[in-house]
Amino acid sequence: MSVETALAPRVADARMGQVIKLAVLAVGGQGGGVLSGWIEKLARAQGYACQTTSVAGVAQRTGATIYYIEMAPVAAGETPVFSLAPASGDVDILIAAEIMEAGRAIMRGFVTPDRTTLIASTHRVLAVSEKMIPGDGIADADEVIAAAETAAQRAVLLDMERLAVDKGSVISASLFGGLAGSGALPFAETAFEDAIRAGGKGVEASLRAFRAAAAAARDGEQPAAPAAPAAPVAALVGPQRLQKDWEALEAQLRNLPGAVAELALPGLRKVVDFQDLAYGREYLDRLERVVVTDDGTHGFALSREAAKYIANAMAYDDVVRVADRKTRAARFERIRREMFVKDDKVMQLTEFLHPRAEEIAGLLPARLGAKVEASPKWMARLDRWFSKGRRIRTDTMRGFLMLYLIGGLRGWRRRTHRHALEQAHLDDWLTLVLRTSEKDYQLGVEVVRTRRLVKGYSDTHTRGLSKFDRVLAMLPALQGREDAADWLRRLREAALLDEEGKALDGAMRTVESFAAA
Amino acid sequence: MAERSFKAEVEHLRLGAGETFTGEGILAITKALLENGVGYVGGYQGAPISHLMDVLADAEELLTELGVRFEANASEAAAAAMLAASVHYPIRGAVTFKGSVGVNVASDALANLASSGVTGGALVIVGEDYGEGSSIMQERSHAFAMKSQFWLLDPRPNLPSIVKAVKQGFELSEASNTPVMLMVRIRSCHVTGSFETRDNQRPPLTVREALSEPRRDFNRVVLPPMSFAHEQDKVNNRWPAAEKFIIENGINERFGPKDARVGIVCQGGMYNGVIRALQRLGLADILGQTDVPLYVLNATYPLVESEFMEFCQGKDAVLVIEEGQPEFIEQALSTMLYRAGSNVRLHGKDMLPMAGEYTGQVMLDGVTAFLRAHAPDMLPGQVRAPNKPAPATPDLSSTVPIRPPGFCTGCPERPIFAAMKLVEKELGRHQISADIGCHLFAALPPFEIGGQTMGYGLGPASNAAFDGGGEKRAISIIGDGGFWHNGLSTSIGNMVFNKSDSLAIVVDNYYSAATGGQDIPSSRADNPTKATNNPITDAVKGIGVKWVRQVDRTYDVARMRQVIRDALTTEETGPKVIVASSECMLNRQRREKPQRAKAIKDGRRIEAPRFGVDEDVCTGDHACIRLSGCPSLSLKRLDDPLRDDPVVAIDHTCVGCGNCGEVAEAAVLCPSFYRADVVHNPTGTERWFARLRTRLIDWLQTRRANRRLTFVETA
Repeated sequence: MSVETALAPRVADARMGQVIKLAVLAVGGQGGGVLSGWIEKLARAQGYACQTTSVAGVAQRTGATIYYIEMAPVAAGETPVFSLAPASGDVDILIAAEIMEAGRAIMRGFVTPDRTTLIASTHRVLAVSEKMIPGDGIADADEVIAAAETAAQRAVLLDMERLAVDKGSVISASLFGGLAGSGALPFAETAFEDAIRAGGKGVEASLRAFRAAAAAARDGEQPAAPAAPAAPVAALVGPQRLQKDWEALEAQLRNLPGAVAELALPGLRKVVDFQDLAYGREYLDRLERVVVTDDGTHGFALSREAAKYIANAMAYDDVVRVADRKTRAARFERIRREMFVKDDKVMQLTEFLHPRAEEIAGLLPARLGAKVEASPKWMARLDRWFSKGRRIRTDTMRGFLMLYLIGGLRGWRRRTHRHALEQAHLDDWLTLVLRTSEKDYQLGVEVVRTRRLVKGYSDTHTRGLSKFDRVLAMLPALQGREDAADWLRRLREAALLDEEGKALDGAMRTVESFAAA
Repeated sequence: MAERSFKAEVEHLRLGAGETFTGEGILAITKALLENGVGYVGGYQGAPISHLMDVLADAEELLTELGVRFEANASEAAAAAMLAASVHYPIRGAVTFKGSVGVNVASDALANLASSGVTGGALVIVGEDYGEGSSIMQERSHAFAMKSQFWLLDPRPNLPSIVKAVKQGFELSEASNTPVMLMVRIRSCHVTGSFETRDNQRPPLTVREALSEPRRDFNRVVLPPMSFAHEQDKVNNRWPAAEKFIIENGINERFGPKDARVGIVCQGGMYNGVIRALQRLGLADILGQTDVPLYVLNATYPLVESEFMEFCQGKDAVLVIEEGQPEFIEQALSTMLYRAGSNVRLHGKDMLPMAGEYTGQVMLDGVTAFLRAHAPDMLPGQVRAPNKPAPATPDLSSTVPIRPPGFCTGCPERPIFAAMKLVEKELGRHQISADIGCHLFAALPPFEIGGQTMGYGLGPASNAAFDGGGEKRAISIIGDGGFWHNGLSTSIGNMVFNKSDSLAIVVDNYYSAATGGQDIPSSRADNPTKATNNPITDAVKGIGVKWVRQVDRTYDVARMRQVIRDALTTEETGPKVIVASSECMLNRQRREKPQRAKAIKDGRRIEAPRFGVDEDVCTGDHACIRLSGCPSLSLKRLDDPLRDDPVVAIDHTCVGCGNCGEVAEAAVLCPSFYRADVVHNPTGTERWFARLRTRLIDWLQTRRANRRLTFVETA
């Protein structure tokens, strides 16, 4: 304190404290321009001097955009000098139309604990870099939310997108409501509403979204969030006889350790839904092979993962499953609901399919299928006959029946070439799991998890399988090492980073280098 | 039809004397042109002055009333060339384009114009695209003023100052027989504010009237010996005349106390930023009254030595605040001080960064450093001896993803690049050069196609070294905007003449889309004042290309792929040109959406397509996204404990273009995609058939459901 007094700072213009500096960070196309227009109208109507600027540039095409507004109460004839851009550490109100944009604002220093009210929508608009990862590349919004709460003097964090869409409006309206409800501007809510009315477009819907968001921001709490994803309850529908058999399976499942049964139940449902009850029994048998080796000292990690991935491996994605899924009543209902199809409207449904020779060969009886697949001549022939893009109208009888009949081939499935391939692959993998876990439990768990790499159709499926094989081919180099499990995990994660497997190549080279050493 | 309509705002351009205009900088400039009796206007669109062109186009009726000719020029070169009308005739003319790329294109015309000199005021309004949000290489237009000897105004970024600069620009141009460049930065173009208007003026001599009485002055022809005379004239007459005008009209401004030991010299465009830094240091009040003297250069070229030396008198040090590099102004001012044997210390780029935008923080740091060195007593105690470290901001750099711009939802260019990716998988990677325009977004993820861009209309030309062909053919991309800008001759003509064995893909989306959807010669719209509907294929054939293919629906990924494959593998030599045409979806939606809503309301039958993904069929590999990148194609996490990776989901912004379905089909990706066409106001028969089908399908579904176990999820 004494130092400061000695230096006697100059007295700054007290009126600078009345300047309100507000920045809007949005994703191009979110209506940041409309929002800043409303704010400007509002400020001017309240007798404030106000200046807006924006930097849209090419960012209007889905990039990040920024709008900047300054306002201050003035006497007639006075013209304040406002800045044209926000400065770090010098922003009073920051509106972010998406949570990662709030993160960007924090990084740029536009949100500071001494002054900034942060009004941000917690929803996500995913960036391309997050979406194109073959695995899960979605950035962690919770980290930004936590940062927002420490970086801001006050944080109003709401799902503004949902608030707006629920009211048939767009996010600019709910953000404007959030601004009103936060009380960060010294204006009455009615004045905000007047600004919306003066805009003249979609006024009623905007006002609804505005009010909902204003109330939520004022009360400082989230409006009733959508029912938390509690484990969905699955009601059982079907003939009495089958229900009884199902109960027997469920009883068998109850013998499993609790931690395992938790995942084995959805697993069992998945395979029964895929094929039939007998297939469900096979699933439990396979799972029990793993469970008997697992004494629970590791919390049944191996068995839990096995419950999950054996089910996924057994319910492989074949033509029959796709056709079955596409012709179910529940699907038709879901689409009608999502597309807002009311009774006075008609819905046409077109499926985009492209069967290849492999899919046809896969449907043939195991031996014949194997022979055909081994013959390039036959494969070329099948390709010529079947391989082309097909649009199937499943709202018409012809299209629906075609898929319905294929979907009904479940009885035939067990005899097919594809089934034989899948079973063999599954059993090889399971044997490998058991052999590995015997010596190194954690490594065994990771071998189970490697199954995650097998997914997709056609080329994607082939690529997934090859990544699966390449990762597991590293096992001999890893076995016996203390960090073997950790390395297998890293290999798997690398395999999910990009399509071509560049990251996987890098990780494999590392493993090879220390294996050689 | 441009992306943004200014029809409503254009009415404000009719305001008369004593009224107040409130709005954007761009409109203020247009209003100022009319108030100053401009005779003709033109330009070429591009951020940040696209909207200025749109305003002019929307104001054409008013312009015609006033006898003002408006031309949407073919390029910046054409725009600058139009100013030739002011060489021999006392008519004021103004053209606009973006800097620095537009100035590059226009430089030939500008150099000739500057050499000739002008009779009527000639104004080049340059929207300087520098700093945050810029889409181009970071250079300064300033250099062009220096090399060609025309004058550069850089007014303070508020509406009254900008409006005044237009008036003074014309007057300065006439007083010194020199064209004047008026620079407005990106934020100034979009800054809002008010100014008092004057009545619009009819040009004293209209271009129509001038045509009746042609004039020529031999002395203005740029040929020796006159061109030598022009150079002497620039230095001996025009320059001194300009300096005199600048001094007499007080174009440069001084603020703050007369006597102080330190001072700041800044470009007009930097004024608000400088004041804000001083405000934050407690050295300026809200109205900009400053304790540190400022010399604000609203004219940044030429610099007036006498004014500057007077400002420096009695000062120990001055700070030059000049954004961008190289530091032309600082160098010139240093020379002045040195030649005068002055002891005044001059700072600039030693205290401020050489490159990059002068943001609030940069400005604050620079001004603080300067005052700390030369007037520490002026600084507030907090700055001199901060007793509290600035709060640490959480590090989110590894969490927050970058958000580069990309193609819009439903963009017809996306399938072209998806097709190219698929061809690449078959034939291997190719040498690909791109042009300027929306299609350049293909260089970013997920497509990552094309690694070079040499300029507007230069895509195919920049592959010229590879024209001879080889094992593989080079590919170039050019947009319809670039094609008409100069690509037809510079790129396609070049390919024909040099017997190029490569492929050029012309992306025809019916507009100059990246700049805001302005019409161009091949646009399909009927434009009452422009000649549209000139097919690109006709132009290409006309210039001598034999192998030409037209694709009328780019969304047909399979056909797109086939045509590209053919072009790359055909035995035929010579240039190959594919014209890939589909309307820009942004513009199409803007046009069709209101029509569709009205039709539905009126009870007419309308099919509204939208795409969807079956989440239990999607396996979460996201291959479709890597071949599309559509904003409406996103991801969602499932509640299913058996699933690891998020699946693809299509949100309500889908416009049903069909790209994702076509790609899934052509690339044999997966069967998850479906299209739902919702028929609004279906006909009676249609409804009857639909009911019948639904009943039959229901029966089949129930039949199967009764024979198996189903787990119905009830959340």
